[in-house]
Amino acid sequence: MYDSGKILAGLAIFAMLITFPVWYHLGKATPPPEPDLDTPAIAQLAQKECVEPTDYMRASHMELLKQWRDWVVRDGKRIYVGQDGKQYVMSLEDTCLKCHSNKARFCDQCHNYVRVQPNCWNCHVVPEEGGR
Amino acid sequence: MEISRRTFLKLSGLGLLGLLGAPVIDVLAKTDRARVARAPGALTAKRWALVVDMRKCWENGKGTCRDCILACHREHNVPDIPEEKEQVRWIWTEPYENAFPEQGHQIGAALSGKPFLVLCNHCSDPPCVRVCPTRATFKREDGIVMMDYHRCIGCRYCMAACPYGARSFNFTDPRPFINSVNPAYPTRERGVVEKCNFCEERLAAGSPPACAAACRYGALVFGDLEDPGSAVREILRTRYTIRRKPELGTRPNIYYVVG
Repeated sequence: MYDSGKILAGLAIFAMLITFPVWYHLGKATPPPEPDLDTPAIAQLAQKECVEPTDYMRASHMELLKQWRDWVVRDGKRIYVGQDGKQYVMSLEDTCLKCHSNKARFCDQCHNYVRVQPNCWNCHVVPEEGGR
Repeated sequence: MEISRRTFLKLSGLGLLGLLGAPVIDVLAKTDRARVARAPGALTAKRWALVVDMRKCWENGKGTCRDCILACHREHNVPDIPEEKEQVRWIWTEPYENAFPEQGHQIGAALSGKPFLVLCNHCSDPPCVRVCPTRATFKREDGIVMMDYHRCIGCRYCMAACPYGARSFNFTDPRPFINSVNPAYPTRERGVVEKCNFCEERLAAGSPPACAAACRYGALVFGDLEDPGSAVREILRTRYTIRRKPELGTRPNIYYVVG
């Protein structure tokens, strides 16, 4: 066999390079984000609750926002009745962001962690970053 | 036990009925209370319309009054782009000849060259809605021709179809061209078409459109065309009004008092 040494060495380097991301991050798990709820609006709430229960919002806020979008834009209906019977205006700026005014520490943290880039902010205006 | 043919048929009939009934019962069980609603104070109509009395506009505004345009553009974050071909407009002025090209003979020379306030006509038979491939442009039950920017793919068929040039395309990111952003209303992004929405967001909150509310001289009157007692019907009964390009059959809901 010709040049077996070079070939094996090359293969070893190749295998090392291609598995680099795996072993470089071995044992260094990125800690999961902890959304920050500390904003003046939330601090004033007697009962710290969103329009729906936290578990549902955590898993399905994107579905809910999509439904809100269709109800508002296409059906012209702007009042949402939550499971608890309370009424909310369906508005990203006026309802969601009034409470979660710390977009960077509440929204972006998770979106960056899971590498999703929602295009909501291309049009919807982020109010002045308040919070803390 | 022996079962007669008659009993068998009866029983299977009942069974089939039960099967048919199951989905109905299912649907009925799922119809819980309506989870969305209109705001209690929202303004509603069967067909919204706007009457523009240009004489009031010219006589009082002396041609320089821009209250309605400024109010509309400020309210909806319409960018102020200097490059003419990239401009975005919801409401603007056109010389009489451009706004009413086939109607010169009706009125005579008196109106020649005069600026007319023009905007989306919210046509009863809107060609833009017909051509939109994604249904981003649609007509609401109350006559408002709406844009759903979430669905717009920027193909601009609607711009080609609109005989009034009432639509603008965002060639560039509009945000840098908005002097002070109104945080209560979204801006648009590059690549979508936009136009006047008859202030549907204000109607939903119980206020009249920004242009009508901003006019100090009452030159813009907004109301329900199907309501015999409305202010717009009163004007249409008593004054001579024209609409833009009636020969096209789009049946605009913007009327102009010219006599």
